[in-house]
Amino acid sequence: MNAVELAFALLGAVAVGAGALVVTTNRIVHAALWLAVSLGAVAGMFLLLTAELLAWVQVLIYVGAVVVLVLFALMLTRAPIGPTPSAPAGRLAVAGAVAAGTAVVLLAALLGTLGVERLELSTTTDGAREFGTALFSGWVLPFEVLSVLLLAALVGAIVLSKGRRGEDGR
Amino acid sequence: MRLAFPLAVSALLFSLGVFGVLARRNAVLVLMSVELMLNGVTINLVAFDAWWSDALHGGQVLTLFVITIAAAEVGLGLAIVLLVFRNRATSDLNDLGLLDERAEATEGNGDVTEPGVAR
Amino acid sequence: MILAPLIVLVPFAAAVAGLAVGRNRIAAARIAVAGAGITLAVTITTAVAVWAGEPVLDVWATVPTGWLPITVATRADGLGVTLAVMVATVAFAVQVYSTSYMRPEPRYGSFAALVSLFTTAMLLVVLADDLIVLLVGWEVMGVCSALLIGQHWERPEARAAAVKAFVVTRLGDVGMLAGILVLADQGGSFRISALQASATASPALSTGLVLLLCGVAGKSAQVPLHVWLPDAMVGPTPVSALIHAATMVAAGVFLVARLHTVFLLSAAALAVLAVIAAVTMVLAALAALAQDDYKRVLAWSTSSQLAYMLGALAVGGYSAGLFHLLSHAAFKALLFLGAGAIAHAVGTTLLSGMGGLRRSMPLTFLVSSLGLAALAALPPLSGFFSKESVLSAAEEAAVHGGPLPPWAAWLVLLAGLLTVLLTAAYATRAWLLAFAGPTRSAAAVAHDPPRAMRIAVVLLAVPTAVLGLLAFAPSLVARMLDPGVSVAADPPGPTIDVLPALLSLLLVGTGALVTCAQWLRRGGRDPALALGDVAPLLTAGLGVDRIYDAVFVRPSRALSRLVVAGDRDVVHAYVRGTGRVVRAFGAVPHAAQAGRVQQYVTAALAFVVVLAAVGAGASR
Repeated sequence: MNAVELAFALLGAVAVGAGALVVTTNRIVHAALWLAVSLGAVAGMFLLLTAELLAWVQVLIYVGAVVVLVLFALMLTRAPIGPTPSAPAGRLAVAGAVAAGTAVVLLAALLGTLGVERLELSTTTDGAREFGTALFSGWVLPFEVLSVLLLAALVGAIVLSKGRRGEDGR
Repeated sequence: MRLAFPLAVSALLFSLGVFGVLARRNAVLVLMSVELMLNGVTINLVAFDAWWSDALHGGQVLTLFVITIAAAEVGLGLAIVLLVFRNRATSDLNDLGLLDERAEATEGNGDVTEPGVAR
Repeated sequence: MILAPLIVLVPFAAAVAGLAVGRNRIAAARIAVAGAGITLAVTITTAVAVWAGEPVLDVWATVPTGWLPITVATRADGLGVTLAVMVATVAFAVQVYSTSYMRPEPRYGSFAALVSLFTTAMLLVVLADDLIVLLVGWEVMGVCSALLIGQHWERPEARAAAVKAFVVTRLGDVGMLAGILVLADQGGSFRISALQASATASPALSTGLVLLLCGVAGKSAQVPLHVWLPDAMVGPTPVSALIHAATMVAAGVFLVARLHTVFLLSAAALAVLAVIAAVTMVLAALAALAQDDYKRVLAWSTSSQLAYMLGALAVGGYSAGLFHLLSHAAFKALLFLGAGAIAHAVGTTLLSGMGGLRRSMPLTFLVSSLGLAALAALPPLSGFFSKESVLSAAEEAAVHGGPLPPWAAWLVLLAGLLTVLLTAAYATRAWLLAFAGPTRSAAAVAHDPPRAMRIAVVLLAVPTAVLGLLAFAPSLVARMLDPGVSVAADPPGPTIDVLPALLSLLLVGTGALVTCAQWLRRGGRDPALALGDVAPLLTAGLGVDRIYDAVFVRPSRALSRLVVAGDRDVVHAYVRGTGRVVRAFGAVPHAAQAGRVQQYVTAALAFVVVLAAVGAGASR
């Protein structure tokens, strides 16, 4: 195992471990914070895969915006600070079974077919420049549609949270 | 590096997200689990982009798109959760039973009237 | 002549019109009385024409069946029109009486219309020439009678009495229908005129006639189908007067009289009739002796007197039996209307509640005394003459031989004489308890009835007193009762022999005196107490009702309960079980509709995983 692989393995462990804590901890606010850790580790993995722009986008949007949004939502929905009861054991067992099944299927499909391939990571290419060029030349139309989608989401969020006319929430 | 590493991480993150969606009670936590799932997907996409190294950089572009859409989706999803909380004073998925059809079904299920002797 | 069917159609139109006016009491009363009056006028006109002239037979329609055709034909002969006059007179008197007596009734309109319908049916019976048409009228009478008995259907005893009357008479009518079919098969026609002409003595003929007697016994309240008549007294008094004294119960007697020429050919049938008549005569008179309800006394008395008429017909005394029918109709209807006047004034029909009414209700006292005297056969009232003619006919048949076996004739004669004694006894008892003695009635201010009731009562008092004089004109009677067919020996008019007359006068005197003595000995209380422990048995009609209850009613009820239980617990259990099974099957997917979203997602994802695994495994 060379240095890149080791680093990747460490970051992967952090991401998966933090993710496991997100879905199992019974303190809701801690779960949001562990999500931030996991997303940050993913950003690190992007860096190792020579996608610098994406790494920073990930940090900015996910860690910076989404996690903050989630924390605000938890605050506004009066999420309890202390531990909360989890789902009944039956449901946990079923969910665990389905998740385990998913993991097995995915791992078998992915690793079974492509597991021995090697990634050739070049350190000399200007990743950001190439990425930008590709985005604004070959992918410009989807890019514009995406901005419309963002606009729609924005408007929708405003409408939804505005409440009825005359009613101003609580 | 071997392609197995990113793929394994991606699969594990995705499965953890699935577990979270199915097992968590709070609606916001479910949304967070969906974010985990999407991150698993993005790792997969970036890893395959590095493997293919195509000029279009499809994997990285699609990852950007996924991140954007995920952000939009979490914004709207949380707005809905807030609205539900405003109306029902709870964001616990166990307590939100609007789709429960069992209550309607039990009406009109009285026993059939029987013949009797009129005295 | 066109008048004959008019006699039937006028009251029918009155019935339909009466039902159409609904709750309008004044219009209903006017239609009913006018209808009865017009019917009476038409009937008298027809009767006079027939008495003076010839009987008329008209065929109006022929209905083809798969077998023998039914002929809608009318037969206006002496017997038919005389009885029609009687029916129309009593119906008219009752309709007039009812306008006053039934004034507080809420359902007066339907009552009057039903009485008109009943009149139609009875007139159809007396004027029909076809046995099936006669049966139609017979059955309609039965229905009207049951409906009128149950006039006050809010009371359970009224409902029970109506059902009992209908069921018992129906039972008789089953036998009668069988008898009609046998006779028609024998004679080759349903028409009475054809049967009278072609009948020959044979066992089949006797069978048919005996079966016919079932219907006669049911309708005329003879043993063993007599049990409905005393209970029918819960109906209003005008109903009792019209239907259960004068007309419907007389229909049985009329049927035997109508087919008398055929009956004379069968000694067996006449013997059966004689036995029925003799038993009923004595049993009913005994029961009448111990009743507390005045109307029940009159009801049992009616059974007994009808037995007299049937006994007369059984011994071959055609004119005697019918003469008694006519005079009985008059005085029994009179007595019932008088009982109604008393009930109207005093508020009860129980003899123990009456007393001393001669002072407060003088007119009612007078006419009821007339009626009771006629019942007890005191001369010179009609009852005396008609009863004497019956006894004379019986003696004639017993001593000199007649169409039936001699022992049967002797049975009728002896039973008749015994019944004379008993009749005098119970008539005297009723008279004493109601009118004589101290004033015991609850309403001390009893008064004579209002004008309409008085008119009706006086109208009937006249024939009660005067009809007896017809005994001195036997040929006129014969003319009036001419059955419209010539027989080998034309039936003579009613005759009266001296010996039976003296004997019966002796018995009447004895019965009356014994009763008075017992009454005086008890200081004005019920003379029937002299009977001691036997009295309750007599009051209950010698226990026949209890026997029927045990033998027929209880097993039927038990069977019906069994059937209902079987339906509920066996058949219906399958229906319920089907529902339960379906619902149980539905419970499984029911649980999946709990609305838990994560459940749905779990299921979807699990399925996807399984699919993927299977697909991956299959593609390897």
